[in-house]
Amino acid sequence: MNAQMNLRAILAIYRFEMARGLRTITQTLVSPVLSTSLYFIVFGAAIGSRIDEVEGVSYGAFIVPGLIMLSVITQSISNASFGIYFPKFIGSIYEHLSAPASFLEITTGYVLAAATKAFAIGIVILLTAFLFVDLQIDHPLWMLLFLTLTCLSFSLLGFIVGIWATNFEQLQLVPLLLIQPLIFLGGTFYSVDMLPGVWQTISLFNPVVYLVSGFRWSFYSMADVSLGWSLLAIFGFTGICTAIIGWIFKTGWRLRD
Amino acid sequence: MADIVRVEGLSKSYKGGFQALKHVDLTIREGEILALLGPNGAGKTTLISCICGITSISAGRVLVAGHDNVTEYRAARSLIGLVPQEINLEPFETVMATVRYSRGLFGKKDNDAYIDEVLRQLSLYDKRDTQVRALSGGMKRRVLIAKALSHEPQILFLDEPTAGVDVSLRKEMWQTVAELQKRGVTIILTTHYIEEAEAMADRIGIISDGQIRLVREKQALMHELGRKVLRIELAQPLTEVPAGLDTYELSLAKDGAELVYTYDVQSDGTGITRLLTALAERGVKVRDIRTEQSSLEDIFVDLVEAEGQA
Ligand SMILES: Nc1ncnc2c1ncn2[C@@H]1O[C@H](COP(=O)(O)OP(=O)(O)O)[C@@H](O)[C@H]1O
Ligand SMILES: [Mg+2]
Repeated sequence: MNAQMNLRAILAIYRFEMARGLRTITQTLVSPVLSTSLYFIVFGAAIGSRIDEVEGVSYGAFIVPGLIMLSVITQSISNASFGIYFPKFIGSIYEHLSAPASFLEITTGYVLAAATKAFAIGIVILLTAFLFVDLQIDHPLWMLLFLTLTCLSFSLLGFIVGIWATNFEQLQLVPLLLIQPLIFLGGTFYSVDMLPGVWQTISLFNPVVYLVSGFRWSFYSMADVSLGWSLLAIFGFTGICTAIIGWIFKTGWRLRD
Repeated sequence: MADIVRVEGLSKSYKGGFQALKHVDLTIREGEILALLGPNGAGKTTLISCICGITSISAGRVLVAGHDNVTEYRAARSLIGLVPQEINLEPFETVMATVRYSRGLFGKKDNDAYIDEVLRQLSLYDKRDTQVRALSGGMKRRVLIAKALSHEPQILFLDEPTAGVDVSLRKEMWQTVAELQKRGVTIILTTHYIEEAEAMADRIGIISDGQIRLVREKQALMHELGRKVLRIELAQPLTEVPAGLDTYELSLAKDGAELVYTYDVQSDGTGITRLLTALAERGVKVRDIRTEQSSLEDIFVDLVEAEGQA
C-alpha cells in the first residue's frame, strides 16, 4: 500500500497552487516584466551603449540570459517558499500532515507548481526581451532544458526556505541576503573572466555561475565554464536540495512537533 | 462491535521534555460516538494529533483498522477525517475549492456531486462559491467538517467542535454528529463541556494530565456513579429549607423559588413521593417539578479535584 503513489495529491496541490497564482496573475506577471524592462532600458540601452560588445555579442543581448535567470530564480524561490509557508502560517498544514501523502508527493506538488509559474515568467521575459534587443538562440532545446532545471532546483530551495522560515521576515530575508548576492555575483551582468583573478576563483563556488553560464551558452554558444560542469552543478544542486527535503520530512523538522 | 482504532501504550513528550501523554491505552469501537472529556491541557488534542499523524509518537503505537499509523500510514490515514480545534482555513479560497482540495490530498477521484451532498447536509451549499473569509465562525467550522468528510472517511475526529460556539449552533452540531453516526461513521470528539459528552456520546473517556482515567458506556457510568437532581418549583418562595426534612439532601435555589433535592439513583426508592408528601404536610405548594441528570458533571469535578489533591 505504501508503495502506491498518491498521484491525486500531487495534482490537487498543483491545481490549488496554480489557481492561487492565477488569482494574482497581474501581480505575478506584471512586476517581473516591468522590472526586467527597466533593466533593459538602464543596462541594455543607457549604459550598454557605452560598453563594448562581449565576445561579439552586444551588451544588451549579452545580459538577457542573466536577466531571465535573475527573475526565474527569485520567482522560483518566492513562489515555492510562500506556497508551503502559508499553510504553515495559517495552520492548514495539518491537512498535509494527516493526509495519506508522502513527502515526495507533497514536495512534487508544490515544487512543480512553483516551477511552472517561474517558467512562464521566464518565457514572458524572453518575449519581452525580443522587443528591446536582437536575440539569437543557438540551442533552443538546451535553453528550455536549462530554464526548466533552474526553475525546478530553485523551487526546491524555495520549498526548504518556506519550511525553515518561522516568520515573514525570514521568508523575505533569505532571497535578499543569500540569493541576491549569488545572482549578482553569478555572472548575470558580466562574463566571469571580466572579474579580477581571486574573484574568478571564488565565483566557481557559486552555483548560479554554472546556471547562467550554461544558459548563456544556449543563446550565444559562449560559456564561462564548460557545459558539462554546468549540468553537473545543476544536478548536484537539485540532488542536495532533494536530500535536505527528504531529511526534513523524515525528521518532521519544523513541521511535526 | 469491532475495534476500529487501537491505541497501545502511547506516550508523547514534546521537545523540551514536557510529557503530554503518559502510556495511553484506548480502543475505539466501530460506529460509536466516543467523547473524550477533559480539562484544558489534558492532552486531548495531542492524542488526536498522534492518531492522525500530525504529531510524532514518542512510544507505543496506534492501529487504525489494523494498520499501524506510522509504517502503514497511507492505509491508516485514508480512513480518518480530522476536524481540528482551531479554524485553520485558507481565507481566499472558495468553500468548494478548499473542500475539493482536501479530497484530492487524500487521493480520491474528483466527485463534485458527493461534495455538493456534503455541503447540503452541512447547510453550506449556498456558500459553495463564497470565499472562506466571508463566512461566519459557525460556517467556517462546518467547512472544516466538510473538508474532513470530503474523502469519505470511516472515522471522524472532532476536536472541540463546539468550543466558542453559541447554544443554537451547538445543538445543530450535535444533530449533525448524530446524523453522521447514522451513516456509519465512527466519531471521536473531545470536549470540556460535560453536557456535550452527555448529550452525544455512547461512551465517555475521561482524560486528565495526559492519562485516560476511565472509559465507560455513558449509561453505565451514570448508573454506576450517578446522582439525580429534582428541582421543585415553589408557588411561594421560601427563605429556608422547611424544618424536619433533615433526612433529605435539600437546598434552595433561585432566591428560594426552587427547592433542589439531590438523590441517589441506585438506592432503593428515591424518596420523592415521601418528600412531596412531607412538603404538602408543611403547606408548601408545588408549582412544577423536573429532574436533572447532573451525574457526569459530578464525576468529572470529583475526578479533577481528586487529581488535584493527589
Ligand atoms: N507543540 C507543543 N509543544 C510543547 N507542549 C505542548 C505542545 N502542544 C501542547 N503542549 C502541551 O501539552 C499539554 C496538552 O495539550 P493539548 O493536547 O493541547 O491539551 P487539550 O487539547 O486537552 O487542551 C498542554 O500542557 C500543552 O501545553
Ligand atoms: Mg485541545
